[in-house]
Amino acid sequence: MRALVLSLLMGLALLAGPAVAGDLSPAIPKAQGACVDEPQAMRRHHFDFLKHQRDDTLRSGIRGARHSLKECVSCHAGKGADGKPVPVNAEGQFCQSCHAYAAVSIDCFTCHATVPEKGPKTAGVTPGVTQ
Amino acid sequence: MTETSRREVLKGAAGAVALAPGLTLIAAPADARAPGMPATPANRWGLLIDTRKCDAGCTACVDACKTEMGLTGHHRPLTDAQYLRKVNVKDPASGKAHSVPVMCQHCAKPPCVDVCPTGASMKRADGIVLVDRHICIGCRYCMMACPYKARSFAHEEQTNQREANPRGKGCVEACTLCAHRVDAGQSPACVEACAAAGHAAMLFGDLNDPGSELARRVAAEASTRIRADLGVEPAVRYQGI
Repeated sequence: MRALVLSLLMGLALLAGPAVAGDLSPAIPKAQGACVDEPQAMRRHHFDFLKHQRDDTLRSGIRGARHSLKECVSCHAGKGADGKPVPVNAEGQFCQSCHAYAAVSIDCFTCHATVPEKGPKTAGVTPGVTQ
Repeated sequence: MTETSRREVLKGAAGAVALAPGLTLIAAPADARAPGMPATPANRWGLLIDTRKCDAGCTACVDACKTEMGLTGHHRPLTDAQYLRKVNVKDPASGKAHSVPVMCQHCAKPPCVDVCPTGASMKRADGIVLVDRHICIGCRYCMMACPYKARSFAHEEQTNQREANPRGKGCVEACTLCAHRVDAGQSPACVEACAAAGHAAMLFGDLNDPGSELARRVAAEASTRIRADLGVEPAVRYQGI
């Protein structure tokens, strides 16, 4: 049922396009790079990909797999006027714009970082890390 | 020079600080595990902490842990998250004082895993004990079961988490032995910070690898485990206490 509703919503959003007057479909910001999968597959299955991989990574210790939330955030976090990354779950940003439209809350970001970290980290000498 | 040999030279230079011929400060870390490969029981990651080298006034390891894991407090020392703490103890008979860094001891038979009702508290194949926050319900049985008081509970909503350590309100958390760094072939942040502070009281390595500095020292020198009588077989060993 969830799948049906979601695909209908997605289909409507895509068919309608931004040019239609009175359009309510979400404006989705562009990513900074190419996606790891076909956009259609990601729209339809990203939650399954992430849920599968989170168990592989945490419980089995498998690193470097294809569908990583960290990698999603690194490409999809937009930049604000000050040049700093904007959280992907902020209003109008990549994750939130579509999730708000589909009325599905995102649980990922109660725990996961919402902006990418920059540069190599060195333990003990990273000054005042806030993100 | 080939790419491989240059990498090995660099790795050796970064991982092993030579004090004198034949003596190294940090053993060269193990190689990063190849992408797509799971942790295996071939490794058993552990620590050897020499409390004779640990300065009671130094908090380099604790600070590095907080930075690495993105632990921010609320000025509530009793409930703020701490993965690593310094325990200052004194033998009342002799007056001899020790400062002991205590973190999750990554037990071979972890009581936290035994009591967890959801399977969130788990031991990875290479012996690292973790909390799977995806399924942790925050009941805190594990906190009560842990003989080392190693676990914390996130009481407040969290922001500005580090990428490597997602953490949120309502979940139990603890030292991960810096699994994200270990998987990348590095040492835990506390070990690196201790060496950088000039104490080198902490040694990280693979207890299952007879060639590792850690396994050799554990085999050759006297070391103890805190509350060894409980039989939980911690991977963290201490000297000087």
